[in-house]
Amino acid sequence: MFMIFGYPVALLFGQLLLGLINGAFYALLSLGLAIIFGMLNIINFAHGALFMVGAFVAWMLQNYLGLDYWWALILSPLIVGAFAVVLEKTVICRLYRIDHLYGLLLTFGLALILEGLFRNEYGSSGLPYRIPQALSGGANLGFMFMPLYRGWVVLVAVVTCLAVWLVIEKTSIGAKLRAATENPGLVQAFGVNVPRMITLTYAAGVALAAFAGVLAAPIYSVNPNMGSNLIIVVFAVVVIGGMGSILGSIVTGFGLGVAEGLTKVFYPQASATVIFVVMVIVLLARPAGLFGKAA
Amino acid sequence: MLLTRRDLLGTVAIAAAAPVMARAQSTPAIKPAIKIGVLGDQSGVYRDLSGPVAAACVRQAVQDMAPHLNGIDVQVVVGDHQNKPDVGASLVRQWFDRDAVDMVTDCPNSAVALAVAAICHEKDKTYINSAAMITELTGAQCAPTTVHFAMDTYALARSTGTAMVADGGDTWFFVTADYDFGLALQRDTTGFITRAGGSVLGSVRAPFPTTDFSPYLLQAQSSGAKVIGLCNAGSDVVNSIKQAGEFGLTRAGVKVAGLLVFISDVHALGLQAAQGLNLTESFYWDLNDRTRAFTSRVLKQTDGVRPGMGQAGCYGGTVHYLKAVAALGAADARRSGRAVVARMKSMPTDDDAFGAGSIREDGRALHPVYLFQVKAPDESRGPWDYYKLVATTPIDQAWRPLNQGGCPMVHS
Repeated sequence: MFMIFGYPVALLFGQLLLGLINGAFYALLSLGLAIIFGMLNIINFAHGALFMVGAFVAWMLQNYLGLDYWWALILSPLIVGAFAVVLEKTVICRLYRIDHLYGLLLTFGLALILEGLFRNEYGSSGLPYRIPQALSGGANLGFMFMPLYRGWVVLVAVVTCLAVWLVIEKTSIGAKLRAATENPGLVQAFGVNVPRMITLTYAAGVALAAFAGVLAAPIYSVNPNMGSNLIIVVFAVVVIGGMGSILGSIVTGFGLGVAEGLTKVFYPQASATVIFVVMVIVLLARPAGLFGKAA
Repeated sequence: MLLTRRDLLGTVAIAAAAPVMARAQSTPAIKPAIKIGVLGDQSGVYRDLSGPVAAACVRQAVQDMAPHLNGIDVQVVVGDHQNKPDVGASLVRQWFDRDAVDMVTDCPNSAVALAVAAICHEKDKTYINSAAMITELTGAQCAPTTVHFAMDTYALARSTGTAMVADGGDTWFFVTADYDFGLALQRDTTGFITRAGGSVLGSVRAPFPTTDFSPYLLQAQSSGAKVIGLCNAGSDVVNSIKQAGEFGLTRAGVKVAGLLVFISDVHALGLQAAQGLNLTESFYWDLNDRTRAFTSRVLKQTDGVRPGMGQAGCYGGTVHYLKAVAALGAADARRSGRAVVARMKSMPTDDDAFGAGSIREDGRALHPVYLFQVKAPDESRGPWDYYKLVATTPIDQAWRPLNQGGCPMVHS
């Protein structure tokens, strides 16, 4: 068998693929964060908690209403997005004119409240959620057994990321959105309803988190802490990619997933820290991040 | 409004008199009283194996023992150590110094468990740990005030490790949580595997907590081992088992051994994902008539949630504690935790959760340990019908021999 650094090539291929799958989650989550930060200038610390709520809503839809995974994939982002509209209209909109730090504190508090509420109601060990029938099973790729569901996650994540990037960079709505971040007063003078646009942007970013939550529900434990385990890594991804850069967060999301996957082969103990080591190096070399524009 | 000196003095006098008056009013109701502190994880990862259900089990024990207490009034207070040794330690000090608590129980998380053991020893208060797994509680750090109920890493490793090797699982690969508990569990299990004629082909240390275990599981699979031993707990073990199923390991004939799995974890996984899993517990609600009777009593307070072994240990430990208190009298019991524990060790234990047993010189509570297998979904007859009994380890074989723990109180 072929060996690289004493490891069978087959094993390395497997790990690369798994890294890509984890990267899909990082990309989806950091994309939502980047959109919200880019447009609203809010560091949305509640993102991980809203990812968790997305997964729980999928579970609730199944257990209380009998709606399966496919319904959840559509309904959960809508429900959590609607919740985000309420959140934005009532509390977050008060923060735009003051220091970033307040936004961070508020959203962090919201995250703690959400997690506490779910822990109180559903406990800490989590709830079962099955892989949908059509996506169970898998294929033998020769070097590893590839569960069908993981392939589906990567596919959906790539398509979603591309679609979001296209909407923001190539459509007229995206152009107005970008213009509104640069100069809201002027864009409003052209007859665009900027506050509504900002509300919808926040809702869309949160809906992406909920969408990732539904994707995660069948493979990770659905528990109140599932978001807080991921969110710190996702923040690192956003910082490395460049705060607010859409393309940056997509590329670094997948890239860091792969880097983490390889660390899990060569030195597993460091797999939780490797992303932060990369972050330190990138910040030293390029303080604005890989894809960020220097202020 | 201008405050005159007379007003001020009057206010101070009333304020000073208020507590005295309150005390005076409550004087006729004073009975000899004992206070139990349930120190659990109410808000973190171990909430479901400790938390409100453990408190309910302690209250149930108080209720069951009430007729035998000769009028001693027992109060229960509940605290949250948040899995932080400093938080747990300061809460327990406050309980002892200010709130007159006499006994502390529950206490998952080995780091907090050891910190609290030291304080109880210092303050001469009874400590009945039933949710931490660390063997040091009855080993090098044993204390005359400590009793360890329910389970420890030695008994877990012995029961699951030996049984799986005997069942043909003689080559192992460990996926281990990279901290003291995981490493200790791996070390203990490795000992039993090699003694039983098996071998360990490799291991991988995963950071705590980890969300995605698939890379480690694939490494385990490529090692060719027949058994993957999971030396982790809580959401780590749930994620590992869920993903082992997803990557087809169990279908490919690899056995997964969860070395520390609670019934709350199985409930979180669902039978579809957990079926076939071998695990060790010292209590199962549906084990026999006595466990069923205890469970049906406590269910009224737990919203239908079945207790696991740690929570049942709170019940068993409290029942036995109250027997010792009744024998000594409340005044003597309050004076010295050491005397209560000595009394507990001198009497055989017998409660509905664990049956008949005893407490050893080093503080280890002795009762049988059971190896279970998780049922397939079509074998399960109702809610929480999850386990079938595979093997029972009798008391004399289940626990670490007395002379091997290094407890200074043991004189051989």
